[in-house]
Amino acid sequence: MDVIDQEHDELETAFQAKVEAEQRIEPKDWMPEKYRQTLIRQMSQHAHSEIVGMLPEGNWLTRAPSLKRKTILMAKIQDEGGHGLYLYSATETLGISRDEMFEQLHSGKAKYSSIFNYPTLNWADIGAIGWLVDGAAITNQIALCRCSYGPYARAMIRICKEESFHQRQGYDIMMTMAQGTKEQREMAQDALNRWWWPTLMMFGPNDANSANSAQSMKWRIKRQSNDDLRQKFVDATVPQAEFLGLTIPDDKLAWNDVRGHYDFGEIDWEEFKAVVKGNGLCNRERLQARVDAHDGGKWVRDAALAYAAKKADRKAKAA
Amino acid sequence: MTDKDMRFDYLLRLGDNSLILGQRLAEWCGHAPMLEEDLALTNIGLDLLGQARMFLSYAGEVEGKGRDEDRLAYFRDTKDWRNLLLLEQPNGDFAKTMARQFFFDAFQYLQFEGLAKSSDDRLAGIAAKSLKEITYHRRHSADWIIRLGDGTDESHERIQGAIDDLWGYLPEMFDMDAVDDAMLADGFGVDVAALRPVWDDYVNGVLAEATLIRPADSWSVRGSREGKHSEHLGYLLAEMQFLPRAYPDAKW
Repeated sequence: MDVIDQEHDELETAFQAKVEAEQRIEPKDWMPEKYRQTLIRQMSQHAHSEIVGMLPEGNWLTRAPSLKRKTILMAKIQDEGGHGLYLYSATETLGISRDEMFEQLHSGKAKYSSIFNYPTLNWADIGAIGWLVDGAAITNQIALCRCSYGPYARAMIRICKEESFHQRQGYDIMMTMAQGTKEQREMAQDALNRWWWPTLMMFGPNDANSANSAQSMKWRIKRQSNDDLRQKFVDATVPQAEFLGLTIPDDKLAWNDVRGHYDFGEIDWEEFKAVVKGNGLCNRERLQARVDAHDGGKWVRDAALAYAAKKADRKAKAA
Repeated sequence: MTDKDMRFDYLLRLGDNSLILGQRLAEWCGHAPMLEEDLALTNIGLDLLGQARMFLSYAGEVEGKGRDEDRLAYFRDTKDWRNLLLLEQPNGDFAKTMARQFFFDAFQYLQFEGLAKSSDDRLAGIAAKSLKEITYHRRHSADWIIRLGDGTDESHERIQGAIDDLWGYLPEMFDMDAVDDAMLADGFGVDVAALRPVWDDYVNGVLAEATLIRPADSWSVRGSREGKHSEHLGYLLAEMQFLPRAYPDAKW
């Protein structure tokens, strides 16, 4: 073993010891290259999800059925843009620029949460997104608040606070719809039917099939397994659906006294794979909307840069 | 028109301006040229929506027929809307959106400065609160006019084109009709015609800094106060009002 290898092994041992002692890794600390790459992948994917996630909700912003709902939805979408901004900055601490991340998103190299490739078809979808999608996101993100990478953990703590407000507003919409007219109840049930299974898919593949999980658990990026988090979400959500008087679209859903958890049916993993591969109803439109905003806005960003340069130049000449 | 009717109409004008522009800004959501601008446009949209709700609620109370902010927002057709023609114009590109915003921000700032001194405490209160927001809106849009005007050749051309395209919608902002006159006499409203020179000074200053040319006053259109709108408003309303119109018995 040569000296460089030995030094690297020592660094890696010290890194792992630090992680296991529950100390946070900060941007300037040494970290294994794969740890850095894993975080860039996961954090940028998270940031992209916030930004792409503005689109399905934005789809109903101009049609929100009351001025109060419009205001709340607008504030919520704005929060998501803020989360995106915050997460891009946190990811930049790992040595990648926002432009590079956009490039990866637009070329299809980086992913975003597949849930946003499903369409929002009626107003109750906005409720279902808040209740279910944000609820699932919170379940994941609470676990991430103790992630070993400091900037990510801190971002998650801040984001979780706002997400719980989002979930409440979503549930409030569902409640209003579920207690409303016959048509509103139908919309609420229809939304639950369409969003339930994709939401369960948000937790990722079953543990046995999750490629990156073991290493991420070892590095304490991930603290709980996909299946554990999914179970936690189901257990919390079933009583909420019952309270609304809505039916979760799963024949196999039943309380299991022995396990102390709800049993539920198998996810359609073929659908999951198809949507990840680009075959969801909205994959192409979502990505195209982002590309169009970015490419279409280039002249604006160029103008801002050109003006800033001229201003600096004038200042220098005047001095 | 009774005094009550005129107050109602006057408050509608204020509320409708804010709501229609806020609705237009909502269309940008998720599509702005950069993330920071997405947040800024949403922020301004939220302020406008907040103003609209205060004015429309007040208008409904003054009218006394049990119409609340949503009844007024969702169940009036084109002819009953009182927003300025400028504000219902489609977003176009970022230059057009910013030009529209800038002209209105500059106007609304002065209008609300006056309204903050209204003899009506509630109106004065809304205006004073909103003025803080508008101060930021005006700085934001003026900054963009300057950056786009004095940025690249392309941005200069686009913003100059947008200004030229919108110029004829501006004179309407400063028109005084019978309702304005009565509200001014009452101490309730402001003299918008008198704001024109101050507005001109401010706008000319920004345009000059932006190396942009102030268009000649060659054409102008008007009519929003009588409910005579451009064709664009009908589509905006159709989209905005769809749900409550389709399900009139529902509560949301």
